[in-house]
Amino acid sequence: MSSLNDYQGPALSITGLKKVYENGYVALKGIDLEVAQGDFFALLGPNGAGKSTTLGIVSGLVNKTQGQVKLFGLDIEGDWYAAKRLLGVVPQEFNFNQFEKVQDIVVTQAGYYGMPKKQAQAECDKYLKALDLWDKRDVPSRMLSGGMKRRLMIARALVHNPKLLILDEPTAGVDIELRHSMWEYLVKLNKQFGTTVILTTHYLEEAESLCHNIAIINHGEIIKNTSKRALLEELRKQTFVVELAKAYPQRPDLLGLCVNWQDDRCFEVDVEKGTAINDLFSVFNKQDICVSGIRPKSNRLETLFVDAVRK
Amino acid sequence: MTFIRAYWIAFSTILVKEVRRFMRIWQQTLLPPAITMTLYFIIFGNLIGSRIGEMSGLSYMAFIMPGLIMMSVINNAYANVSSSFFSNKFQRSVEELLVAPVPNSVILAGFVFGGVARGILTGLIVTVVAVFFTDIQVHNFWVLISIVLLSSILFSLGGFINALYANKFDDVSIIPTFVLTPLSYLGGVFFSTDLLPEGWRLVSEFNPILYMVNGFRFGMLGVSDVNLITCYAILVSVILVLTAYSMWLLKRGKGIRS
Repeated sequence: MSSLNDYQGPALSITGLKKVYENGYVALKGIDLEVAQGDFFALLGPNGAGKSTTLGIVSGLVNKTQGQVKLFGLDIEGDWYAAKRLLGVVPQEFNFNQFEKVQDIVVTQAGYYGMPKKQAQAECDKYLKALDLWDKRDVPSRMLSGGMKRRLMIARALVHNPKLLILDEPTAGVDIELRHSMWEYLVKLNKQFGTTVILTTHYLEEAESLCHNIAIINHGEIIKNTSKRALLEELRKQTFVVELAKAYPQRPDLLGLCVNWQDDRCFEVDVEKGTAINDLFSVFNKQDICVSGIRPKSNRLETLFVDAVRK
Repeated sequence: MTFIRAYWIAFSTILVKEVRRFMRIWQQTLLPPAITMTLYFIIFGNLIGSRIGEMSGLSYMAFIMPGLIMMSVINNAYANVSSSFFSNKFQRSVEELLVAPVPNSVILAGFVFGGVARGILTGLIVTVVAVFFTDIQVHNFWVLISIVLLSSILFSLGGFINALYANKFDDVSIIPTFVLTPLSYLGGVFFSTDLLPEGWRLVSEFNPILYMVNGFRFGMLGVSDVNLITCYAILVSVILVLTAYSMWLLKRGKGIRS
């Protein structure tokens, strides 16, 4: 297998990509996007924004109307064989034969990539163990839980050791514990093996905690494409929820802070960018307000995301 | 790894998957033709056939036997590909193939030979059933094998095209019910076309199943209502046309890519 250095150019390069469906619906209006090798990239957007269409074109499931897509410098049409070997795809919907056994699904997928049976079985075993599916290898896939099915699709996408892994809402419907274990595994793939990861998700805390770079797509256009750090720096204010140790029926004046009381024991406070949390507590202390807890009202990225798509 | 080796592995993976599928559900795929053909042999061959007498110089049981075997072969080759590929579309597991570096020709070949495998296996099962009712003869082994192979390829291609166009399970059964079954019954399985009036005999010459049944009957018994060269020419021509059409549909992504 070639090393990552053998491939030139970004992991994904999209130029002028346009998609018009047969019914005339314009899903993509000529987008440009680039994802560097080794990146952990999030493609965000509301439902129907064009995320799945974009990833569908990249993975060969949707025909493009216009534009060019390259994987590691290889055109997905001109160099389709080499390009596809570098790509692993975890779709949004379960798309395996529900009557087949878990290991048969993974070994068969390796066969589609031209992998000999013995090697395919070894790779299958490796990923089923890594994704905690080893005990279920002889179970028909329909008997798996939702989370196991998601992990099965990840094992299937990785069996040929791709350099770029695309995950379309991989943690949708997955419980919190399992979601965190999937995050850990994806981070390990990215850090240890240099696999470039692109994901779409509706859990913005997922994008905020995992990804280095983020693009936001809306109405078939890329409206933001920058690093997570730069994106978060755009935030001018943040809202904190402050829980109080006792009730304050006579609500004290909080000296210029923008406060929104929820009830006698809880209020929200808007803080300008650059304000130290210590300053907040100085104000609370002056008014003899006893705080029992404080937390951000919402995920920071969520605030930005909502602002961006509403514009 | 060479392209050819990789493509061969991909082809054999699809083929093995297809064979595994119809073997797993043998009660739905292999058993019914055996039961149906046993009934045909009992009712048409034994009970009614004994009153009909000879057909083309053969006992009626011997005359219908090649046609019944061929009917099983073509029905099962068609059904295997149409139902399996549509099921792949329906469950979206066809996407496993579309994201992988598998050329359309390999996808088509894999599914078609899956259909051929089921067609031939069913043909063998029906032949074993036939042994209990009449003597099995082989007039020309190579004609026998080549006609079965070409016919099952042709109907597997038909099943593949049907599956590409199908949007729901009902669409998969329309062609077998309204086209395949009437053509089979009018394709010289149960009678010699010599019995037909001149006009209907001409019409029957447009039925491709007539050529398959008679080609196979020649391979087994050495008698045929049609010229063997014509039979091969028609089979090969139709296969070429259906292959080209299937490849065109796959390139366009008909029914599988939006």
